[in-house]
Amino acid sequence: MMEKLIFGRYIPGDSFVHRLDPRTKLLGAISFIVIIFLANNWLTYGVLALFTLLAIYLSGIDRNFFVNGVRPLIWLILFTVVLQVLFTGGETVYVDWGPLVISKEGLINGVYIFVRFILIIFMSTLLTLTTMPLSLTDAIEFLLRPFAAMKMPVHEIALMLSIALRFVPTLMDETEKIMNAQRARGIDFGQGNVFEQMKSIVPLLIPLFVSSFNRAEELATAMEARGYKGGEGRSRYRQLLWTQKDTLVMVSFGLLAVMLYILKA
Amino acid sequence: MDNIITLNNIMFRYLEEEERPALNGISLSIERGEWVAIIGPNGSGKSTLAKTINGLIEPDTGEVTVSGLLLNEENIWDIRAKVGMVFQNPDNQFVGSTVEDDVAFGLENQGIPREEMQRRIRYALDKVQMTDFADREPARLSGGQKQRVAIAGIVALQPEIIILDEATSMLDPKGRNEVLSTVKDVKKRENLSVLSITHDIDEAAAANRVLVIQEGKVVREGTPEEIFSYGEQLIEMGLDLPFPERLKASLKKEGLDVPNEYLTEEGMVDFLWTLHSEM
Repeated sequence: MMEKLIFGRYIPGDSFVHRLDPRTKLLGAISFIVIIFLANNWLTYGVLALFTLLAIYLSGIDRNFFVNGVRPLIWLILFTVVLQVLFTGGETVYVDWGPLVISKEGLINGVYIFVRFILIIFMSTLLTLTTMPLSLTDAIEFLLRPFAAMKMPVHEIALMLSIALRFVPTLMDETEKIMNAQRARGIDFGQGNVFEQMKSIVPLLIPLFVSSFNRAEELATAMEARGYKGGEGRSRYRQLLWTQKDTLVMVSFGLLAVMLYILKA
Repeated sequence: MDNIITLNNIMFRYLEEEERPALNGISLSIERGEWVAIIGPNGSGKSTLAKTINGLIEPDTGEVTVSGLLLNEENIWDIRAKVGMVFQNPDNQFVGSTVEDDVAFGLENQGIPREEMQRRIRYALDKVQMTDFADREPARLSGGQKQRVAIAGIVALQPEIIILDEATSMLDPKGRNEVLSTVKDVKKRENLSVLSITHDIDEAAAANRVLVIQEGKVVREGTPEEIFSYGEQLIEMGLDLPFPERLKASLKKEGLDVPNEYLTEEGMVDFLWTLHSEM
């Protein structure tokens, strides 16, 4: 079940996009989502689509990964599109069922929204496919740093993020083990009606929580024994390296925004 | 005599209303470069003892001195820098997202500059033979490999003492041997003192001195040979019987006259062949 999940997975590689600084990729993906709301006609959407395809091409990752990334969300997207189509009025009306109308403007709007969704998913999939979770936390920590002046515990947030990420596979393994142990004692997971299913989760959740508490305590002891006393006075092993390529990519995002601003109707 | 650890009359109770203290007036000292094994049944206070040495637990009475420093609020971090601890569960002490990040964790805490960190991490990973695994995630390592990374994390910190708190108890025989020979190796090269808390007979046999703890007190003390000659009583002390001891017990049952003192495997072989020799 977990293997099929594309979102949040990392594919090792050595492409142009892979070698970019994680800060560039994170900032790029965020600004892309903002820029996409500038688009409002065929030309602007075309430019965005070309830009996205170029980015995907530069990452050297198989297109199928992106298609698979969209798949779990496709019903949500279609639902939104259909609502948009049915409830947008306009001048050229094709079908009129009282409150529900299908108009030319509605159809075009629907297509726009569809493209918008797809492009956002492609870009965020590109971000997670080409960036190690660990580098993403580094990037998040760096970008949050200005907020430290506003008393935001940036170091603690980053530490929690990286410990959480490190324990995801460990906890998955443990979940599997507890599930199998409970199955061996005759508990049916995923059987029966909603209430029975909820009830069968309890013997999984409680041991998982208890063992997480124990883990947390042991980890805290081990960290303290290794001299951890908070964020102050620490040096850093991992370093982010901003190169000319990163500046180039950020400039291209800026150009994209300017272009869209000019081309939009 | 150069004592690196001195414990003087330590008392400790986890809960005030508890009748029997976890540590009941324990006093001991460990010399620089010595390997001391602490054995004892479950609940005898071994792990509590380990935690008092680097201040993870504050004793109710008594004093702890590590490398000439009296343990108190002020120099607790200096002492922690001198004491490296390896705990039991390899998963729950792995802080970093990859092997090198985990080795770096302790160094980062001490604010060591990055170039120095890289040098020390390379050195430490080489010492435990994990260089090829530097960018691996913990989920892809075996238990023994994770414990070797934990040792590397400590070697990188260049401590004076390594405490193994049942560090091999969750490993298979192969992983246990790997970890033990790594510690032996590192100890020899860096001239460290080792304090190992264990139920493992091989780990106790590697020590210069064995302390037996029961109900928060040192009840026996001696070389591994002296301790192992207690025979059947070893099981009550929380240790397994060494193989020659088990063989001796079986031979005794068969009516053979076996010596009472402890024999190593070679000693046992010598005894057996001289038994039948007519020379």
